[in-house]
Amino acid sequence: MQQEHDFLVIRLCGDSGDGIQLIGEQLMMNAAISGLEVRALPDFPAEIRAPAGTVSGISGIQLAISNQRIETAGDKVNILIALNPAALVHSLNDLAPNALIYLNECQFSEKDWQKAKAQASLLDEISAKNQVIFVPMIKKTLSALEALDIKATQAKRCKNFFILGMLIWLLELSIEKSGQLLEKKFQNKASILESNQLAMLAGYHYGMTQDWQRPYFLQEASHLDLGEYRQINGAEAIGLALATIASRLQHRIFVSGYPITPSSVILHECAKLSHFGIDLLQAEDEIAAICACLGAAFGGHLALTTTSGPGFDLKMEGLGLGVVSELPMVVIDVQRAGASTGLPTKTSQADLRQAMYGRHNESPVPVIAAKSPADCFYTIIEAFRIAVEMMTPVVVLLDAYLMNASEPWKIPDPSQLILPHIEFYKEIEPFKRLSNGSRSWNPPGHADYIHQLGGLEKQGDWGKVSYDSDNHEKMVELRHHKLSVIQEQIVDIDWRESDDKKALLVSWGSTHGVMKTIVDSLDNAVSWLHLRHLQPLPKQLADIIVQYETVMVFELNSGHLCDVLRSEFLVDAKSIHQSNGKPFSSEFLLDNIRKYIL
Amino acid sequence: MKTNFTKDVFANQNEVRWCPGCGDYAILSALQKTFAELGLPPTEHAIVSGIGCSGRLPYYMNTFGYHTIHGRATAVATGLKLTRPQLNVWIITGDGDALSIGANHLMHLLRRNINVNILMFNNQVYGLTKGQFSPTSKIGQVTKTSPEGVAQNPVNPLQFALGCGASFVARALDKDPAHLSEVLQAAYAHQGCSFIEIYQDCHVFNAGAFDAFSTKTQRAEHVLYLQSGQKLCYGENKGLGEGLIKTADIQEACIHHLDDFEQAMRLSRLSFPDFPVPVGVFYQSEKNIYTHPTHQEIADENELNALYRKGASWNRT
Repeated sequence: MQQEHDFLVIRLCGDSGDGIQLIGEQLMMNAAISGLEVRALPDFPAEIRAPAGTVSGISGIQLAISNQRIETAGDKVNILIALNPAALVHSLNDLAPNALIYLNECQFSEKDWQKAKAQASLLDEISAKNQVIFVPMIKKTLSALEALDIKATQAKRCKNFFILGMLIWLLELSIEKSGQLLEKKFQNKASILESNQLAMLAGYHYGMTQDWQRPYFLQEASHLDLGEYRQINGAEAIGLALATIASRLQHRIFVSGYPITPSSVILHECAKLSHFGIDLLQAEDEIAAICACLGAAFGGHLALTTTSGPGFDLKMEGLGLGVVSELPMVVIDVQRAGASTGLPTKTSQADLRQAMYGRHNESPVPVIAAKSPADCFYTIIEAFRIAVEMMTPVVVLLDAYLMNASEPWKIPDPSQLILPHIEFYKEIEPFKRLSNGSRSWNPPGHADYIHQLGGLEKQGDWGKVSYDSDNHEKMVELRHHKLSVIQEQIVDIDWRESDDKKALLVSWGSTHGVMKTIVDSLDNAVSWLHLRHLQPLPKQLADIIVQYETVMVFELNSGHLCDVLRSEFLVDAKSIHQSNGKPFSSEFLLDNIRKYIL
Repeated sequence: MKTNFTKDVFANQNEVRWCPGCGDYAILSALQKTFAELGLPPTEHAIVSGIGCSGRLPYYMNTFGYHTIHGRATAVATGLKLTRPQLNVWIITGDGDALSIGANHLMHLLRRNINVNILMFNNQVYGLTKGQFSPTSKIGQVTKTSPEGVAQNPVNPLQFALGCGASFVARALDKDPAHLSEVLQAAYAHQGCSFIEIYQDCHVFNAGAFDAFSTKTQRAEHVLYLQSGQKLCYGENKGLGEGLIKTADIQEACIHHLDDFEQAMRLSRLSFPDFPVPVGVFYQSEKNIYTHPTHQEIADENELNALYRKGASWNRT
């Protein structure tokens, strides 16, 4: 293994019951509070507990750690911890050259190899190119816990903390800090804490006595932004955004969703936030969830519904009613891979067309996307701002990667954030146009503002039911006009301009991190535009895009945004796309960029 | 605060567009009358409807109203009532809206026992789509999609509601508005979710479906008015209802107990013309009501700042 690194990619893999995610999280927190940059990406199977030892049951988490700024959880693995042959087989294609591989000796019997549908002889091949180290993880854990009065099965379960201890030694992290984190994690669970701490210490000392060579970072530590940080994933960022809005406005937020992977984690976050003004209704289905949000919005409340995959299909009718009755609401779609049930735990950006065009007839909604886990915080706040100001549902496109991946978040001062401004009863007539093309939000309760809303076409300031053809045409235009108003308000765009006008890279959503890594590495050879607003597109785009010889659009679908740009701006944009359920790798991006330029 | 209101206060200028002779007119009128009697101003009521002829009702009431989408009024009303618990929420739905496309939401509203009132207009046909059979259409009923007669078994709305754990289940007739108004009052007074099936005449696609028992002249002989604590009597001779209820203790069983679930189930199974048609409140009980803590104070900025730092935070200096 090369011992000098800009950043280290570590992957932990085991059965889904092995507690891999838990120690990944602990390792991430320890590295983060030690001042290192950490990006984490969990990878778990769709099945809760697939048969032990099989490749389909592997649960993994990948961490990239560096003392420099990094943007992704990395492509190629430098250090792999594999608890069984299936875990090893699972990661074979992702190994960096000369990787360091730690294998759990206690689960590499002939039988274990059979479960993984592989041959033990595979090891010879792997050892030729990498450094393979066998560690009797279970045996060592059991002997470390011998003195405790617990059952062997219970003691065995602590093996993940033995691994954590090993890694803490290997990465030169503080074992004291890890102990403190464990105390916080297992407060009120004294016996679990004790056994886990003992196992962790055993792992730490094991590493020390084996005298493994520790990898070290190539450069002196450097960070760009000073300030106070915490580690955050997308779901946590959304929860904090909601708590911020509700707490700062002193206005409760209604959240309704139906459990579906990978968006359910948002519901889990919301369920903890009642004290912060978040009221969660776990609805009977996707349709009920969005409809309950419409009811809450009609009643004068901020409302959010969350979904993924086929759940988004079921939201469409409710979205249409939201558009026509002009009520504010935010719909989060956490995109996942595949049509129908597809690959529920894998990532994708293939709901863009549906978000833009998925409803029958003319039903325009604003669509925005977050670029990183921490950016989900600001994206949700902006979505509510647009929804309230323009009296419209807003779709926020996130994806499985953003939900689960984590990164450092610079903790903001909540009083400095630009939040939605709620003002009811601006006009007596509910459908009279305000100067920005929006309408007055007149919830029940005030005698002067009695009105009836509905999905039938509206006419006039009172929004009376109308079947008049000219009026319908006018109303269709009026609803589209809201998008033009939003477009005027988009000032900041994520835009990096090179001197050379040869090539423009365009991307959106969660691909930001890997795109930035690539663009940084290309040393100003290309311009790069990363879109947050997808409908409407920023108006600056028209002037930018026509200046370039080559326009390349990068997305995790079959070319949705590329098609939009081609038709909108009549440019011969090239689509660079991938639909394999994974985030882009740097290698894939570079290869494709090289095809057209460089 | 209760005030005296006239029925007109709850009417508006919108042109009512139901077919002449439609039972919906009588229900609209009874609802306006009931609202006047309840003595609450129009601002304290909100009416949420789904799709179908009944769905148009909110447009004709001088209260806040929301005409939503097919089958989903119950879901929309759930969000409204949870966030605005002081508002009196009335759901207007039909047999297709509530029991076909929206049956799932109806079930969950009933089991959650959210404190709203559901008025289900049952005309046993799809009216607004011009005459197809509905989930309550009778076997053999001839409609545009069943020229040979309906071949599917109908659902019994009251049994459905009872089975879903409803805490208030009642039936009324469009042709007996005074009684309908009484039932509406009882529904309003009930703490929890109220479900009322209203037999409503579709004058165009299923005309006179209930006339054999619902008209003024027929009611005396064929309708059993359920009253709490009273004997189950009907007909000219005000005969006891022994024939209706099979039980060891005839005397006891012939008294209508609102909280007797088994009896309510048996009453809901009585079918005309073999038996009289029971109307009034079949079942009422106190059950846990699902609410959200909207009255609670929301955490302040200090707590928010602490929430940001929960877990672990660190300084880069």
